[in-house]
Amino acid sequence: MNFSELFKLSSLLCKFSPDGKYLASCVQYRLVVRDANTLQILQLYTCLDQIQHLEWSADSLFILCALYKRGLVQVWSLEQPEWHCKIDEGSAGLVASCWSPDGRHILNTTEFHLRITVWSLCTKSVSYIKYPKACQQGITFTRDGRYLALAERRDCRDYVSIFVCSDWQLLRHFDTDTQDLAGIEWAPNGCVLAVWDSCLEYKVLLYSLDGRLLSAFCAYEWSLGIKSVAWSPSSQFLAIGSYDGKVRILNHVTWKMITEFGHPATVNNPKIVVYKEAEKSPPLGHLACPPPRVAAGPLTSSESKYEIASMPVSLQTLKPAADRANPRIGIGALAFSPDNYFLATRNDSVPNAVWIWDIRKLRPLAVLEQLCTVRAFQWGPQQPRLAICTGGSKVYLWSPAGCVSVQVPGEGDFQVLSLCWHPSGDSLALLSKDHFCLCFLEMEESMRMAFGQRGDCT
Amino acid sequence: MGDWMTVTDPGLSSESKTISQYTSETKMSPSSLYSQQVLCSSIPLSKNVHSYFSAFCTEENIEQSISYLDQELTTFGFPSLYEESKGKETKRGLNIVAVLNCMNELLVLQRKNLLAQENVETQNLKLGSDMDHLQNCYAKLKEQLETSRREMIGLQERDRQLQCKNRNLHQLLKNEKDEVQKLQNIIASRATQYNHDMKRKEREYNKLKERLHQLVMNKKDKKIAMEVLNYVGRADGKRGSWRTGKTEARNEDEMYKILLNDYEYRQKQILMENAELKKVLQQMKKEMISLLSPQKQKPRERADDSTGTVISDIEEDAGELSRESIWDLSCETVREQLTNSIRKQWRILKSHVEKLDNQVSKVHLEGFNDEDVISRQDHEQETEKLELEIQQCKEMIKTQQQLLQQQLATACDDDTTSLLRDCYLLEEKERLKEEWSLFKEQKKNFEKERRSFTEAAIRLGLERKAFEEERASWLKQQFLNMTTFDHQNSENVKLFSAFSGSSDRDTPTLHSRSRQKKPHGVPSGSPVCMSKLTKSLPASPSTSDFCQTRSCASEHSSSINVLNITTEETKPNQVGRECTNQKWSMSSRPGSQEGCYSGCSLAYTNSHVEKDDLP
Repeated sequence: MNFSELFKLSSLLCKFSPDGKYLASCVQYRLVVRDANTLQILQLYTCLDQIQHLEWSADSLFILCALYKRGLVQVWSLEQPEWHCKIDEGSAGLVASCWSPDGRHILNTTEFHLRITVWSLCTKSVSYIKYPKACQQGITFTRDGRYLALAERRDCRDYVSIFVCSDWQLLRHFDTDTQDLAGIEWAPNGCVLAVWDSCLEYKVLLYSLDGRLLSAFCAYEWSLGIKSVAWSPSSQFLAIGSYDGKVRILNHVTWKMITEFGHPATVNNPKIVVYKEAEKSPPLGHLACPPPRVAAGPLTSSESKYEIASMPVSLQTLKPAADRANPRIGIGALAFSPDNYFLATRNDSVPNAVWIWDIRKLRPLAVLEQLCTVRAFQWGPQQPRLAICTGGSKVYLWSPAGCVSVQVPGEGDFQVLSLCWHPSGDSLALLSKDHFCLCFLEMEESMRMAFGQRGDCT
Repeated sequence: MGDWMTVTDPGLSSESKTISQYTSETKMSPSSLYSQQVLCSSIPLSKNVHSYFSAFCTEENIEQSISYLDQELTTFGFPSLYEESKGKETKRGLNIVAVLNCMNELLVLQRKNLLAQENVETQNLKLGSDMDHLQNCYAKLKEQLETSRREMIGLQERDRQLQCKNRNLHQLLKNEKDEVQKLQNIIASRATQYNHDMKRKEREYNKLKERLHQLVMNKKDKKIAMEVLNYVGRADGKRGSWRTGKTEARNEDEMYKILLNDYEYRQKQILMENAELKKVLQQMKKEMISLLSPQKQKPRERADDSTGTVISDIEEDAGELSRESIWDLSCETVREQLTNSIRKQWRILKSHVEKLDNQVSKVHLEGFNDEDVISRQDHEQETEKLELEIQQCKEMIKTQQQLLQQQLATACDDDTTSLLRDCYLLEEKERLKEEWSLFKEQKKNFEKERRSFTEAAIRLGLERKAFEEERASWLKQQFLNMTTFDHQNSENVKLFSAFSGSSDRDTPTLHSRSRQKKPHGVPSGSPVCMSKLTKSLPASPSTSDFCQTRSCASEHSSSINVLNITTEETKPNQVGRECTNQKWSMSSRPGSQEGCYSGCSLAYTNSHVEKDDLP
């Protein structure tokens, strides 16, 4: 495993292009595009203000930089560096901006969710969509890029509009039976839309592309409901994480619950492997004269390793503050591996642990208990490899074969706050507050030679 | 101990005696005063009677007494003492024959009475003891009753408490339920309230939004604009099309196409899955048939009902096989057929398995005839054999221990313990025998050479070297063959018994003595050498010669005499002994505890003895 040198970064804005050739990162108002392999700077663009949002177009030809404070969007072309485009939302303000899947339209959401403006880069046309709903996840495109589903709110009722992306024609418009719609998400096959209610009510509605209600699911009443939702890549399962600390999995044939994954604070199942991160105490012989780097960064350089804990294991739990909003309970994050075989979840009341479930056998497989709170985890796009970061100077990788803790080399404090995989799954960008570096998992010898970057790390 | 016993013993016995006496008296006294009187009067015999009679009858009152007796006897139904009166006036004479008869009768009666009395007494005694027993029983039962009553009361109390608790819990549950209901109502009302409020607020918000929209959007905001260097081509390279009704229709079409595709895909998948399942079912059916039909032929038990169906099934199956293509149609009749036949087969299989189960259980009940039971017998035999072996091993260990103890008692020489340790090895049996013969020879030599002390000393040095080498090899082999203990055991014991029981019983003591003597003779600066010697075989001929007489003298003396020679001496011995004990416990599981125990006790006694005898 090799690491690149550190590069500057701001606002955790660092993204691989969808084709995997480029890496865009932002430093204040500058946009830097690098070759994803050699990390040489290919282009450098200067925006008018600090960049707050960065997005590649689907064809990797354009980059969108949103400057929300100024209500501006700047678009850059990779092929024609001199080409530029600036969209000003004026006094209406800007809170969100995103590409349409064709990479030729930009959807800007104005302040107070007054409307969504669809700007075309091909023609001068501008379309408006009124009444978008201000919610967690109100816009979703199908994976093939044909359709856009948009959550709307009119007259105190929730609606969903389905647009054809090619000409922004309204295809379907229907009201949903929700109190306060919180999010919508297309199934990866683009035929089923999952709609869920706000946390006050446990309700998931499944709509067909043509607006028919396929099924509704409610696990319980009178208690905080859904916190997170994820489709399996095969569209076969819908995993719903809720505030009761359970993940429920619906199937795509009957839309009924297949199973329910609890996240107990005490693991007593001998079939579960509990990997416990343990601080590796430095060997006694070296205690007398610690290496200078250790002295420089006392917090970061303590190595850690995973130990397989013996049953029963009690995980560190957080006592949620009952009188505050957004209590730290429930399943806050869940993600399917790209091959559908695994599901990773995090229970927010057990912030240090990541649970990994075997979807083929519908049972828990492993629990990774970290020393610090899990900040983010992401599956590798090609293989079932889960990368986890906890805000420390380490990155953790899990695969069915086991898991490792990898120290990020470098002077001083490199706190990995976020990470993103290269589309090939060979490298991983590790983002800290003001730096980022690449971690190459598998690299041929020749590449390394040409690369001539810094040394190995175990 | 003995003192105490002797002191307490008579006391105990006397006590018991007194108790028994007392009890007998108490038993006697209430039973019959009369009998006692009789006993007292009858057994002390004649004198009393005489005096009594003399008091009753004197010379003067013979007549009266006779008449009195006559009266008395006649009232008791005896014939009159007087002769039959011939005349009224004539005085009736005393009929001696009648008197004698009467006396005889009286005596017989008396004897009978005595017998009866004895019987009654014994019965009385019996009854008394019975009574006692019953009283004891009664007391016990009463106690039991009391305790059970108390228990019952306790249980009742507990029951009451539990019921109380239960009632409380029920009450609590009810309260909780009520509470939950109330809270739910509150939640519901709050929810409606909240929704209502939300709606109101949202309406206001919408109004504001609308207004804002008008204000912001309708002012023709100059700023809202897009600056583009030049417009880019569409990603697909086509020109944008006009929105018409046509496009709408096309969109619809496309949407439905997508949906249709999805459904078709899913249908295909389901079909595939179905086909797979069908295949599995069919295979299962075939296997079931093939599994069931030969079994039917063998045990002709259920010929009447099942074979018919099986045959029909086979026929059916053949028919189905011929129209294999029908399977793909998944038409309802075929499906039903398949499922029905599978169900039938399954039922047959189930019943068959159940029958087999029954058979197995029956066989288990009958036992001893079946192969399965035979195997169990084997098993039992095996366990018996193993137990026997364990027993043997234990015995061996015991004997070994005894021998060791003896040895310790006589000399505590490490040579023999080391020998003991060494001779666990099968491979060394031969060599040991050789060694033994050699030793015997050597001993003869010693006998001869007893007078030539110096020569023997030289030989000792030489031999010691040889033995050290041998010991090294032994130790090596011992490590290699730690596990062959059990096989070695018998041999070991034999050797040992031969060793200790032989005519030259003095050898162990002799050697030990020699070893004990050694530190005296050799300067104390060579402990390594000594320890080596302890592990080597009992050799050292010359030194043994040297102290032969002394050992012979103390050969049959008490163990203490031998033990308390020197304290420095016993300590290493103890260590060595402990070592051997440990080794035993390691190598032989069953006897380990005993070994340890005896070892401990030995150590204890030794130390005790030392303490006693040192000053």
